[in-house]
Amino acid sequence: MSDSKIITNAEAPEGYSGEGFFATKLSDVVGMARANSLWPLPFATSCCGIEFMATMASHYDVARFGSERMSFSPRQADMLLVMGTIAKKMAPILRQVYEQMAEPRWVISVGACACSGGIFDTYSVLQGIDKVIPVDVYVPGCPPRPEQILDGIMRLQDMVRTESVRRRSSPEYTELLASYNIK
Amino acid sequence: MALENPVIQQALTDSFGSAVSDFQQIHDILTFEVAADSISEVMLFLRDDATLRFNFLTTLCGMHFPDASTDRQFAVVYHMHNWIDNVRIRIKCYLNAKNPQIDTVSSIFLSANWQERETYDFFGIIFKGHPQLKRILNMDEMVSFPMRKEFPLEDGGRTDKDDRFFGRTTDNC
Repeated sequence: MSDSKIITNAEAPEGYSGEGFFATKLSDVVGMARANSLWPLPFATSCCGIEFMATMASHYDVARFGSERMSFSPRQADMLLVMGTIAKKMAPILRQVYEQMAEPRWVISVGACACSGGIFDTYSVLQGIDKVIPVDVYVPGCPPRPEQILDGIMRLQDMVRTESVRRRSSPEYTELLASYNIK
Repeated sequence: MALENPVIQQALTDSFGSAVSDFQQIHDILTFEVAADSISEVMLFLRDDATLRFNFLTTLCGMHFPDASTDRQFAVVYHMHNWIDNVRIRIKCYLNAKNPQIDTVSSIFLSANWQERETYDFFGIIFKGHPQLKRILNMDEMVSFPMRKEFPLEDGGRTDKDDRFFGRTTDNC
């Protein structure tokens, strides 16, 4: 686990404050807002999905990190969590789900199978979901414990918090999507 | 009186002669070979005969023996079950590797429909007369029949797998 403590209010970003005003960068405010309300889209195909059920239930409670609403529509989700073995037959469906998500969108690959195919070194299994969609955070483990999944989400929050508001229209990002043949 | 194996063997040899052969008991189940072109008649007889009454097709699957002679490289194995006397049998049909074709039994047992599609999917065995012979489990774009021994089990596109950790001796690192 990272060492951040659990807080109920998001900390204010760096800025200048005086009497009756506070000045900061727009991208910091946007980043803070995005990072503290990441709506997850669980794409669970096997045992990692069971661990995620524990993660989102009361004991580990992913809602503490601003993810109280599981979205089962890709159009209303920010964070795609791929948990489990993805067969090659499933790959186009995963890709379609990713394409249906609105920008900005992030992907966490949970577990050995989603990251690399895991023990399934075979013709029918996709050898890592990064063969079909770009991935932001990889959570290793077979399956990872809920703490690890939470840690992965918090690492993603760090990325989201510091992401430039212009990143999604940058040529590098367009190039990244083009390398996956996603328009 | 339970249905005894010699009775089954006698009834089959009386009706089909040399099309049925090589009767033997393997792991408590009577096993025999049927010529590939007479599988429909044999199966219909086994189902409808008043004493045999093999009313259930438990499963069917393919086999591949790449080292056998060309006319016996593929086989389709059928398991049948008589629910009334609780007797099981196993039928093997050997096929020629140049043209692995056999008649469908999906008109006799509807349950054979998906099982024959699966056998086609993994072994490329053609079931003549099957209503919808297309891939069932693998993706449609696949060109190989993955359970045939000449196709590698691994995904060729893998980049981070070390054969030593998967119980294989070839070295790819």
